[in-house]
Amino acid sequence: MTEATLILYAIYIFMLAVFVGFEVISKVPVQLHTPLMSGTNAIHGIVMLGGMLVLADAKTPLLTWLGFAAVVLGAMNLFGGFVVTDRMLEMFKTKKPAGGK
Amino acid sequence: MNLKLLSDVAYLTSAILFIIGLKFLSHPKRARRGNQMAAIGMAFAIVASFVFLWGGGAPANGMLIVVGIVIGGLAGTLGARFVAMTEMPQMVALLNGCGGGAAALISTVEFARFMTEKSAGQPTDGLSFGATLFGGVIGSLSFWGSLLAFGKLSGFMEKAITSAFQKLLTIVVFLGLIATIAWIGMGAGTMAFYVLLAVALVFSILMVIPIGGADMPVVISLLNSFTGLAVAATGFSLKQPALIISGTLVGASGTLLTLLMCKAMNRSIANVLFAGVGAGPVATGGGGGAVGGPPKTVREITADDLAMLLGNVQSMIVIPGYGMAVAQAQHVTRELGDMLAAKGVDVKYAVHPVAGRMPGHMNVLLAEANVPYEQLFDLEQINPEFERCDVALIIGANDVVNPCARYDKTSPIYGMPILDADKAQHIIVVKRSLKPGFAGIDNEIYYNPKTYMFFGDAKGAIQKLVEAVKAAD
Repeated sequence: MTEATLILYAIYIFMLAVFVGFEVISKVPVQLHTPLMSGTNAIHGIVMLGGMLVLADAKTPLLTWLGFAAVVLGAMNLFGGFVVTDRMLEMFKTKKPAGGK
Repeated sequence: MNLKLLSDVAYLTSAILFIIGLKFLSHPKRARRGNQMAAIGMAFAIVASFVFLWGGGAPANGMLIVVGIVIGGLAGTLGARFVAMTEMPQMVALLNGCGGGAAALISTVEFARFMTEKSAGQPTDGLSFGATLFGGVIGSLSFWGSLLAFGKLSGFMEKAITSAFQKLLTIVVFLGLIATIAWIGMGAGTMAFYVLLAVALVFSILMVIPIGGADMPVVISLLNSFTGLAVAATGFSLKQPALIISGTLVGASGTLLTLLMCKAMNRSIANVLFAGVGAGPVATGGGGGAVGGPPKTVREITADDLAMLLGNVQSMIVIPGYGMAVAQAQHVTRELGDMLAAKGVDVKYAVHPVAGRMPGHMNVLLAEANVPYEQLFDLEQINPEFERCDVALIIGANDVVNPCARYDKTSPIYGMPILDADKAQHIIVVKRSLKPGFAGIDNEIYYNPKTYMFFGDAKGAIQKLVEAVKAAD
């Protein structure tokens, strides 16, 4: 595959992901706004992987430290994001047995 | 070769799990499982990266990668585990800032790589290069903007600051941002990239500072989608589809979520970003304090009198606000509700869409206190009931019951749907003082002849009330 085709594929992915992103949450009730924001926040924690890639490739001490910082920040975003979302949603779950029927 | 394929399949799996996870996250019953599915997807992606990087033997800095993940992972997990429920919004802002910062740092490293390649005479891929600049600018904006939002929510600087000069400055800095990008486009080096990050920092300050604390959830949601886009951009510059897909998903769903939040407040995004709610001196709400108007008097009530009053009612609607949450009064409020319900009072909780500091925040807090789900009502469901209701008990809520939102066009909260507490037979306001709420405006409901003020910290006050109701038995 040529470089140009690869770029075109990347743009395809981007475009389709835009539509999926819009579509998938279009009917979210208000009480889930905060958990959903927090959940999407956790998903962009995938940036940690980008940090891993640049750190593995870093050639100078400066770039190494920048990459290292990116991994640390990304990991905070990723792990913290999922834990915090789970804690919020745990609250919703506990009320079901207490409140349901 | 096979390892590369293996990791690509794992990335694909994670993308599918993210999409299903998001889908589940928007349904109350499956939300928690949705988050767990997204987390499993993330585990696939992490394993895929390890397979990819370690496939041909340990990579350079392999140890540092592991150490970085452990440090960041521990810090994030512990922070998220122990943060109080009321401080959730700040926590999300902080974590979002981390993601934005990571994207900006990756872009910086990538930019350096482009510079090295250029000096080695290799051609530059325009799209990747552009994506790197975009990732740097948006990542930096998201990082600093989130830190400011964190500061505002933590109460370091709640008030909005706005002036004509500041608006002009914002435009100038925005032009500076474009000029710097053009400068880099014409071949400027690493120094220019640092300048670009710095200009983005200044721009983020100018963007977030004028926005009042009450609108911070919208800002965090917007910055969340920005971080998503910055991550997608780093995906383009690293040629990493997993990052492109995940980042774009968050960018798109985050944008939609931001618009939905604005809709819940009956505001436009432009209004939130540029109107500067809560700016300047305390505005008088609804002409209640207009010159020549009737003197503003409030009636106070004691716990015992209030207990007597509550002993004779058939229905009560509790309107909890952020004040209840900060005072951690949700448990004692539930106790009061349960006591009255046991006496045959019809107790309901009215949850305004933006009660708390984020849409849905109050539902989380009440659920934490085990308030039965059937007693929770949202705005549309509960508003017709106020007229038939004996008592509206407003605990630490303010702007969401301010009648001036209905008619006062000059009010910063004009047009926001409110809970019609003023239509109830009696209105009880539990509040520490007459200080204006988050939006920084006065509330005429305090001066309503039907209103009794029950001053005190929400937790202590309700506690006293619970004692008094017990004693009245």
